[in-house]
Amino acid sequence: MIEFRSVSKRYEEGALAVAEVNLAIAPRAVTVLVGPSGCGKTTLLRMINRMVDPTSGQVLIDDVDVATRNPVQLRRSIGYVMQNSGLMPHRTVLDNVTTVPILQGVSRTQARARGMELLATVGLDASLAKRYPGQLSGGQQQRVGVARGLAADPNILLMDEPFGAVDPIVRRELQTELARIQSELAKTIVFVTHDIDEAFLLGDQVVILREGGHVAQMGTPTELLANPVDDFVADFIGRGDESKHLRITERNGTRLVVDQRGRVAGVLAAPEQAAEPHPSKREGGAWTG
Amino acid sequence: MNFLTDAIAWISNPALHEGANSLTARIGEHLGYTFGAVLIGALIAIPLGILVGHTRRGAGIAVTFTGGLRALPSLGVLILIALSVGIGFQAPLATFVIMAIPPLLSGTYAGIHAVNPATVDAARAMGMTPLQVIFQVEFPLALPLVMAGVRSAILQVVATATLAAYVSGGALGVYIFSALARRDYTQMLAASLIVIALAFALEGLFALLQRLARPHGTVVLPVK
Repeated sequence: MIEFRSVSKRYEEGALAVAEVNLAIAPRAVTVLVGPSGCGKTTLLRMINRMVDPTSGQVLIDDVDVATRNPVQLRRSIGYVMQNSGLMPHRTVLDNVTTVPILQGVSRTQARARGMELLATVGLDASLAKRYPGQLSGGQQQRVGVARGLAADPNILLMDEPFGAVDPIVRRELQTELARIQSELAKTIVFVTHDIDEAFLLGDQVVILREGGHVAQMGTPTELLANPVDDFVADFIGRGDESKHLRITERNGTRLVVDQRGRVAGVLAAPEQAAEPHPSKREGGAWTG
Repeated sequence: MNFLTDAIAWISNPALHEGANSLTARIGEHLGYTFGAVLIGALIAIPLGILVGHTRRGAGIAVTFTGGLRALPSLGVLILIALSVGIGFQAPLATFVIMAIPPLLSGTYAGIHAVNPATVDAARAMGMTPLQVIFQVEFPLALPLVMAGVRSAILQVVATATLAAYVSGGALGVYIFSALARRDYTQMLAASLIVIALAFALEGLFALLQRLARPHGTVVLPVK
């Protein structure tokens, strides 16, 4: 479990990026930190692997204060996936994926075998292993980034807006893929995004942050939608948005879901499918988003 | 045209190619100064450039420092150093080291500085130590610009190494300075042509090396 105990961060410029945050992040689940820009979500994320040290307070992983751990060793034990992949342009896809195992002293042969498995896990063809990142599409690069984050088989995976820079169709694919991977691997994932739809799609727990680094509300997507604590949360999750108020109508024998303005939002699925709360809770089968 | 044919005749005179003072020996001295000064300069400037580029601190000082060094008149520096260490090869070598440092330092610094900060951040976040970040990420990616610095330092020194002869330091300047005293313009031209040819050859060689220094993957290749 990852725990924040009254954590604050003040940068040299003086602004408080994170203010007295208390947070418990459940193991083997996806926790999404979401909020507008400047709400300190990335700062919080980077405190977990000591890329940022808090000004005050503690961050604990399984009851051990990360401040007591060597940052280099700590980072090698935690997967990290960032926006724009952050791949090393002068190394092949496979060399990028095997970076951390090789830093940890795993033999090259072993690391490569594991790397090839991971490429398959993230849905990349083996023929891409010898390519350089510059030869891949944005979506493929992000998949390599996820494979690299998983390479050392970490318990914790930190993802900092990993799908922020790809087009909406590819983003949807990658989200689906991540949900599938998580249903197989069950890592503790901390995921940062500014997109509330992405947060509700992927998060078992969603933490909504407001400017100045305060936690506005934390809960499951259902809890947040049902009981937003204040106007900020209600606004942020789009409760006031007409497109989020849906009702069912029937047209030509098909049951459609329409929003306040009467625009079609989707087709009502059969009840047993609609009852599925979250992709990661499902047993087997590809999730079709 | 007469000068030119005379100069070529001077170069092809067999007497020039014999003994301890042969043309080959002078070219050897000239190249010795060039590579020696750039090597020593690199040992000083490249670590310094890495430090400034990696820490992103002291860039202002580095720019002022290299600008200052560039502004120094080489002949003046040579004479100043020769006055304290005497005639011979030391004063010219020290002068050429001073001349080689600015391009090496700014090339290295610029190369490291130009590496995408996101790549460096990711390398740190994966658990690379600062030295691993430097040697596995920053320096390989900076190499083309480092080599551009080396190339420009080589060119700078090879063209100026003729000054060594002014303080009895040998090299190809020997022919030029002795010809100047005798107003022997044929010999002056011939020696200058050799210096020019040397500069061109080294420029070509280092342009090639600079190209080879570019890491795989940073070349834009067509997607198959």
